Amino acid sequence: MAQLRTTPSATIGPFLAIGLTWDDGPYVVAPDAPDAIWLRGTVFDGNGDVVPDAMVETWQADPDGGFDHPDDPRGAAAFPGFRGFGRAYTVDGGQYAICTLKPGRVPDGEGGLQAPHVDVSVFARGILDRVVTRIYFADEAEANAEDVVLRSLPDDAARRTLIARPTDDGYRLDIHLQGDRETVFFAV
Amino acid sequence: MTGTTIRSELHLPRYLREDDAHRTPVAFEGYRSTGLRAPLRAPVDLPHRLTEVTGPLLGEGRVTAADADLTRQHDGEPQGQRIIVHGRVLDSGGKPVPHTLVEVWQANAGGRYRHVVDNWPSPLDPNFTGLGRTLTDGEGRYEFTTIRPGAYPWGNHDNAWRPAHIHFSLFGTAFTQRLVTQMYFPDDPLFFQDPIFNAIPEAARPLAISRFDYERTVPNWALAFEWDIVLRGKDQTPFETEDDGDIA
Ligand SMILES: [Fe+2]
Repeated sequence: MAQLRTTPSATIGPFLAIGLTWDDGPYVVAPDAPDAIWLRGTVFDGNGDVVPDAMVETWQADPDGGFDHPDDPRGAAAFPGFRGFGRAYTVDGGQYAICTLKPGRVPDGEGGLQAPHVDVSVFARGILDRVVTRIYFADEAEANAEDVVLRSLPDDAARRTLIARPTDDGYRLDIHLQGDRETVFFAV
Repeated sequence: MTGTTIRSELHLPRYLREDDAHRTPVAFEGYRSTGLRAPLRAPVDLPHRLTEVTGPLLGEGRVTAADADLTRQHDGEPQGQRIIVHGRVLDSGGKPVPHTLVEVWQANAGGRYRHVVDNWPSPLDPNFTGLGRTLTDGEGRYEFTTIRPGAYPWGNHDNAWRPAHIHFSLFGTAFTQRLVTQMYFPDDPLFFQDPIFNAIPEAARPLAISRFDYERTVPNWALAFEWDIVLRGKDQTPFETEDDGDIA
């Protein structure tokens, strides 16, 4: 069959709060779920100013490394109370906050295991197509050292932009859209 | 189109990536807000693995039938031209994407959003929120009833106006398919000066514009526009087992 051209993307614009902010958006799991953690961070622009109108979405494996999805060749795995998907709006001083469970390790398809990670999309006024990054976890040093994606990055400075630090209630990773500490973004 | 390839022990779909000549860039010079926000470094290629070929399958429980009619969310009816916006969600292989969440938001007939930071002097409509949601049916079809949104001014350049548009958000079935975009109306006289429209490569601009659909107008009730949305599809070329370990 002939290929169709894909629909071109456009900026989410400044008024996404009308349509895309859900009351349950940040809750990949309920906040009182056992082992629930908060992933938090601030989104910064190239001036170092906060971006107060971004949407941050997350997608990740469950704590056993499973996905409740038919295209997982290991079989769809439902994890009770776990949605896998989170959506936060940075209206709170440029900060996003996602309540979730730490993901398990997932095969990398090349004989190894990926380190625990969360896929992240960032949308905002001034960004015409979503930008994609990943969140890794600082207390997974051994797994991170083996991770095929982290290993593909040029240096530790690049890797550091993806590694969240432990906090009182979870982990924290700021997202720098530009600047000396520009986050590593991925073409998917 | 090109795809991203890894040698894989898992048989995973690979999603095709639209070529640059038909894909909106992250930044566009004429769109001022991109200046400090669009990343400046080249993105790193991320071959598709399990996290990328799966994605949220949202829907049931999140949407009611009433969410697809933006003219029935208040006691009275909104001002403006009543329209039906419909179409299909397909992947680039032409396969319908069934039961997938479609979210829309838009300005009212006068071009004003119900949002705290939109304060240009055009009145809010007490009978219009501007939010709609639906799931595609088994054949990938969606349909909204709404009012035609108005154009609105913004500060990007001198006497800047956004052409009338409806914002769309789609998930498909994989992280790679996520799409946020805007649907335009045919022959809008404001296209020439709009950097968000013109950021789309010229060859792809027609794909962002709906078609007036006389067949689907409802006599004595509503005009109609048709807009098909195409998400990235799976690469159907046979999987090669030798010498394709690198990124295509
Ligand atoms: Fe808009």
